[in-house]
This record gives sequence, C-alpha cells and structure tokens, in this order.
Amino acid sequence: MNSPEMPPGMAARFVGQRVPRKEDARLLTGRGAYVDDIVLPGMLHAAFVRSQIARGRIRSIDLEAARSAPGVRAIYTAADLAKFDLQLHLMHGVVGPIVRPLADGRVAHVGEAIAIVIADDRYLAEDAANLVFVDCDAETPVVTMDQAADGPTVHSNLESNVAGGIQSPDDPELPAIFARAAHVVEGVIVHQRQAHSPMEGRGVVASRQGEGEMTIHLACQSPHMAALYFTQLFGERTDVHFRVLSKDVGGAFGLKVQPWREECAIIAAALLLGRPVKWIEDRLENLTSACQAREQRCKVRMAFDADARWLAAEVDFETNVGAFPNNPDIGALAMMMFPGPYRVAKVGFKTRAYYSNTVGQAAYRGPWMMESLARETMLDKAARQIGIDPIELRRRNLITAADQPHTLPTGLAVDRVTPRECLELLLEKLDLPAFRAEQAKARAEGRHLGLGVAVYVEPTTMHGFGGPLVSDSAHVRVEPSGKVSLVISTHSQGHGTQTTMAQVVADELGVPIADVAVLEDDSSRGGFGPGAGGSRQAVSGGGAAIRASKLLSQKIKRLAGHLLNANPQDITIADGLVRVAGVEEVTTTIKRIAQTAYYEPARLPPDAELGLEAQYRYQPPGTFVFSNAAHACVCELDAETGVVKILRWIASEDCGVMINPAIVEGQIAGGVAQAIGGVLMEQISYDAYGNPTAATFKDYLLPTAHDIPQLEYCHLVTPSASEGGFKGVGEGGAIIGPPTVVNAVADALSAFGAECLDLPLTPAKLLKLIDGA
Amino acid sequence: MSRHQVELTVNGGTITAEVEARRTLADFLRIDAGLTGVHIGCEHGVCGACTVIVDGDPVRSCLMLAVQAHGATVTTAEGLAAADGTLHPVQQAMREEYGLQCGFCTPGVVMTLAALTADGARPSEAELHEAVSGHLCRCTGYQGIQRVATRLARAPQGEGA
Repeated sequence: MNSPEMPPGMAARFVGQRVPRKEDARLLTGRGAYVDDIVLPGMLHAAFVRSQIARGRIRSIDLEAARSAPGVRAIYTAADLAKFDLQLHLMHGVVGPIVRPLADGRVAHVGEAIAIVIADDRYLAEDAANLVFVDCDAETPVVTMDQAADGPTVHSNLESNVAGGIQSPDDPELPAIFARAAHVVEGVIVHQRQAHSPMEGRGVVASRQGEGEMTIHLACQSPHMAALYFTQLFGERTDVHFRVLSKDVGGAFGLKVQPWREECAIIAAALLLGRPVKWIEDRLENLTSACQAREQRCKVRMAFDADARWLAAEVDFETNVGAFPNNPDIGALAMMMFPGPYRVAKVGFKTRAYYSNTVGQAAYRGPWMMESLARETMLDKAARQIGIDPIELRRRNLITAADQPHTLPTGLAVDRVTPRECLELLLEKLDLPAFRAEQAKARAEGRHLGLGVAVYVEPTTMHGFGGPLVSDSAHVRVEPSGKVSLVISTHSQGHGTQTTMAQVVADELGVPIADVAVLEDDSSRGGFGPGAGGSRQAVSGGGAAIRASKLLSQKIKRLAGHLLNANPQDITIADGLVRVAGVEEVTTTIKRIAQTAYYEPARLPPDAELGLEAQYRYQPPGTFVFSNAAHACVCELDAETGVVKILRWIASEDCGVMINPAIVEGQIAGGVAQAIGGVLMEQISYDAYGNPTAATFKDYLLPTAHDIPQLEYCHLVTPSASEGGFKGVGEGGAIIGPPTVVNAVADALSAFGAECLDLPLTPAKLLKLIDGA
Repeated sequence: MSRHQVELTVNGGTITAEVEARRTLADFLRIDAGLTGVHIGCEHGVCGACTVIVDGDPVRSCLMLAVQAHGATVTTAEGLAAADGTLHPVQQAMREEYGLQCGFCTPGVVMTLAALTADGARPSEAELHEAVSGHLCRCTGYQGIQRVATRLARAPQGEGA
C-alpha cells in the first residue's frame, strides 16, 4: 500500500488508497463460505421437476414412481404448498399475474418449476425428479414481444399481455419542432435477452429452528431485504421469524436482488418437512429458469437544427418481461434518463412491457441502460447522416459546469457532473489524430479499425423516492478487546465492502484497518438496509459508516478527555493511540478506553453511557447522486470472419471521492466486460415453440480473457454533496459500455456503408452486412 | 449403482472412501473430503471454477469421476499455501493485482496457474494468457488475472511471481 505521510489523526490515511482487499486471503485459499458450502445436520437436498413445454394446462402429475425411488423423503406440488397461500410480490408495484412458488394448474414457460423432490442427496433427488410424469395439454406459446402484443394472454387473470407502460403528456410543440428541424434522424435499437450469469447460481439452505424461527442461508444481495421479503410472504400464514445469513456470494448483478419462486418453494418445503433443505441451482437451471434481462426494442427519432444542435427526441420503448418477472421494467428510468448529459429541450416517450411464455425478467446491472445505448448510438448515426464528427456533435450539445444544476426535460435535476470534462480528458488520453492516422493506414492495408465514443450521466444510490432504497444503517463499536466491529446494511457479492467500509471507519476512528471487522452477512445483526442494488453502497453505506464513526469518535474523545484530564477537543487518535495535543507524555490506547467504558462505570463521566458504540441511519441528500463518464474503445473488424476484437478501452469517469481506486476500477472493468459480452456474443434465445436454445455455456457465450483488453483510466474527482463526497460506480461500465462498442463497430462498418443496431453483433450478422455491401 | 473403493492423496493426506461410480471428483472433494474451495460453476467443463491439480495437471473436477482419480495425487486451493499460511506465489500475485472480486471462479484460476508454473516452470506470456482464457470470470473483466499471467511469465526463474 502506498501510504503518504500524514500528521497523526489529521487526514485520511486509507480512503483514496489502493488498500489490499480484506476478503482475499480467505477467498484465495478456498475458505470462502458460499451457500453450497453450508452443511447442516439432517440436511436433505432438493431437485425440481420442470416444465418441458412453454405453455399449457397441467392435466395430471404422476408421482408414484418417484415416491418409491431410493432416498426420496418427500415430493411437493402446488397443492401441498396451498396452505401457505404464497403470492410472490412483483417489484415496482406492478399489478400482474398471481405468482406461486410452483406451477398451479398451468405452465407458462419451459423450465417452470412444477414439483420439488427432496432426497438424501442431489443425485438421488435428480434421479427421482426424472421419474415424475407431468401430463399437459400443450398450447401455442407467445414467445416474442410482437407475438405477445396481440397474442393470447399468458396469464388468465389479466386482460392483455401488457405488463405496464408509461407515456409522456401530449406536447403539441414536439411535432412542430420535428417539422421545422434541419435534420431528422430515425433508428431502431434492439438489445437481445441476456442471462446475468453469476459464476455461482442461486441457492438456499432453509432450516427450521424449533417452532418459530427459520434460518435461511441464501445467495442474495441483501440479507435484510431477503428476510423482509420472506416475512411478508409467509407472515400471513405462519408465525415464523426469518433470519437470513449470506456470507460469500459468487456474483449477482441484479439476479439475486429478490428471492424468487424456487427459493420460496424450498422454504415452504422445509417448513412442511421440518428438516433442513438445500437447493443449489445448476447451470442448466440458471440459464433456463432463473430470471433474465434486457430484451428491449427502442425506436428513436431525433431532431437537430442546422448547426447540429439536438432539439428534441421521440422514443418508443418496448420490452419482453417474460412470464413471471420479479422486476418487470416498464422503462420509466430509461425514459427519464434518455436526455442524458445534453441540452435537449423536449423528449416525448411511450413504453410498453409485455408478458410472454419465456423466463421472467429481473433487474440486471444498469437496468435502464437502453437510454444510453439508444441515445449514444443514435447520436453517432445522426453525426454520420448530418456529416459531422460524432465528437464535435457531442461537444456542441453536452452540458457544462455553467449549466448546472441542470434539469432534464424529463424533470430530473442533475448536479456536480463533468461529462464535457471527462470527454476532453478521454480524447487527450486517446490521441484522436494519431488514431485517425492509424485507422487510415490500416484501411489502406485492408484492415478495418473503428473508434467508438459514448458519454453518459448515471443516477446512482436512488435514495430519494421512498421505498427500501432510502437509507442504510451502520452500527460501529469498539469492543472491550480494542478491536472495532462495523455492523452495516451493505452486502458484498464481490463489491469488496469489507475493505472499503473498513477504510472509511479506520480513518474516522484513527485505528489500524486490520482492527476493523465489517459484518454484513446476517439479517439479525444490525439495522435494515437494501444492500447491493442501484450503485449505492459507497454513498449510502459509506455515509452511514462515517456518521456512526463520527458519533463514536466524539464519545471516545469525551471519555479520553475525562480520563486524561484534558479537553476532548485536544484529543487526537491515530493508529489506535490516543494523545493529548501538546502533551507528548500523556497517551493511552483505544483498547484501554474501551475497557474502561465497558468494565469501570465508576470512572465514566456522570452522564455517560456505558460501552463504546454508536449507530446512524443515513439518507444521502437529494434524489439521486449522479456520477458520469465518457468511454472510448478501438476495435478491429475482421472482414473475412466478421469477428470483432476490442484493441483498446479508455474509461474517463467521475465517481466523486474514491474510497479505493483499485476497487473502483474493478467495478468499471467488470461492467465493461459484461458490456462487451452483451454487444458481441451473449444471447438467450428461444425457438418458435419457446424452447430455450442457449442452455449451456457452450451456447451462451460469455467473454473470456481473450475478449477484454487491459483498460486505461482517467479519474476526475468532483465530490458529491453526500457524506464523504462519494458517488456510485457499480453499474456504469455496463451502461456506457454497450454504446461504446456499438459505435466502434459502426465506425469500422462504415467502410462498407453498413450499420447495425440490432444486438448482438455476432460474426454471422456482421459478415452478412459486409457481404451485402 | 456400483460402488468402488478409492484411495487418493489430497493436499498431502491420504483419503480412503467408497464411492458410487457416478460421483464426480468435484462432488467427492467438496462433499466427502470437505474441500469446499472446489467450486462448481457449470458442470459441463466450460467455466473452470472446479479446476484442481491431478498428478501435476490442471483438471476440471466436474468432468472427472472420483473413481478415475483412484491412486492420484490431488491438490486443491486449500492445499496451496505454505504450512505457516504464507500464500503461494500465484495466490499472492492474485491478491496484489486485485485478481478477484466475488471469489467464486478464483480457486480454479489459481490452480491452473499454479499447475503451469509448478517446479520452476516458466511458460511464455502467451501460454499463460491462453490458459486463463479457459476460465470464466463474470466480475473482474479479467484485468487482474491477465496481469498475474503476465507477471508469472516474466518472473525470474525460481522466484515465483
């Protein structure tokens, strides 16, 4: 660690540093504790019987052969779970289908769980699951969003397949702007369906502890949110108190925000059976039954004046949310953010989300990313049509510091962002003239290089709209041992919050980082909070940690002042040592103060509380905390094979004060890699009968180390108004990455007079365009 | 299902067990030997998370049966660090290069790189990058993993990373 010399107790020592991660030692030595590592006495194993057809009525389920299979302890269907009357909640208050844990009379997608087989081990459970015979009357499914729009309803309790939608108020000025615009640019952007693909699938171990308590080990994004969800779901029918434990989680990316049908079915099964039950999702299940993401289509019209100033846009957004989405996204945030960091005056929009006989939709890293994908790719298309450099087009339209606070035409107020500055920094690092010369030279040699640039502003933290994302809780204490415990409502699935939150607390308290333990794996410990989701943990969790630590620091100083006969304002603490300013010889330690605070009430000031602890629930100011970035990538398109290789990537970003730049860069790179995969190779697809056709990692192609270059970074630091000055950074790479790649490919394709805004940009698709040119 | 007696050397100790013919080496190591650092990510040999070292070679333990490992010497991520807890050079390099986030794919990546650099072997940079391209990581964008591969290839003979 590069630790600059700082006066003791005067300034940050850990925040801003590339501190090694506290998580790594256990994870590198195989000592993590993921859900599948949990083994409980008497634990049984579950496998699901799943639908082989996309749509139909269940006529009968024959369990006889399975019941007598070796090691089988129980088999449950919807009828067995009916006593709990479980109706799963959809996010965003969407009124949708009645969602039960198991198919109840009908099936609505291939892979839908129909029965649970519980046996002594997973092998035996799968053997028996294969013996269950489900007789169905198959019906013709609606698979695509066009089929869903006017096809038979997926859910019999609903009048249509429209899950929801929003529309901007009619604005008579909008058509008038288009009528007199010098340039009108139109396009359709299609983003295919993706699978989140965390390397660890979903998983749960449900264990009933006596009559009134269940302990749930869960792969999730927040133990508190999961416990709340289970309590709401089961609360009406049971008096069970839920405790959710979740130590290490092997990636999530939105998939594990909300426990869904299988997890709830397993809990019901464990309640019925009275023994611990484990279910670990395998990859086939993950790719065919776990919620999926994207599958959106966006029709865009943009109007520009003669100077290429962006005047207005009309956006039509549609999405296929599948049969049982836990997070049916009706495109609201995508529309709110469509103007991005640009001075566009008017944006009109209409959105529709459709149910279909496919796997349901969940939030996925930057769920609203279509705003950046559609806007940034259309700006490049506009630049080509108008005949202006795409970077110059952006320069003419980007907001600057002088425009802020800036209210988007959709109503959101954006402040403390630096899109123009990030773009200029990016171009400096890129050396645009040098690239254009290289590109021309390559083209003369028959090689096709392309440059893509995109700019965006990102609404992070999402704390200003009510609901569970409003606040985070931190409880910090100095234990009698002198060690510090931070119990906080953040939760890591790779985010490194055990490191970043420890950095924050170590600075505030003046203790060694090794002495700070961050505890975030248990819903019964500490206060409620939403965990990971919405790029919020540094901002909201970090803010809570700072505020709680400041309160605790005051307590320590007051007590130290009392014990050392000094003014609390003269007390400084660094490296766990407590000093009195100007009195060299008087020192004590945090540990001794803690022991006095817990063990020797008589020595405390008369009105002081026993112990050494503090807690704070923090809500950041405003509605969102905005971060922003400009990214560039250089690609080479092989005209013989249609393969796109990313040669260079630069991320120029402003996420405010960075707690740990290595972790910030890790978040950006992870999002960018998912963006490269999403644009070039990943595709969840179905045949005409609704059968999934990408059910393994041989068909669902994830990017490998060959596909991702070493990223280059420029960091601008414009502190947010939130405690610590932090801004969110977790989702950004996955939002700004996709248009960056698409624009680079479009630049390379321009040699053939072709363009493609229909993702993924597979070699086959690009070859067809090249050959057609 | 037939059952078979197997004896393996795992992380320096001998394990004797009776297993079903169909039991994968991955399940055997995780469930029967308690070595939960062996992570199962796809069960069809693509992701590489379950990679362990069998008789010196990196092997996908989801594609090998426990009975096939009878008589073999197996090393998992738990058995890589020194007895005093000092990290193996590959583990240390992964830590210094921020080569992991969620840690699920990590033991597999580490075992492949450890197998290829064992006993002072120094494969080329290209060979090590090729090798890590056989591992899927969804968190890191492979940034740290690539830097580790480069570091290991460039490290002086016999000095680890």
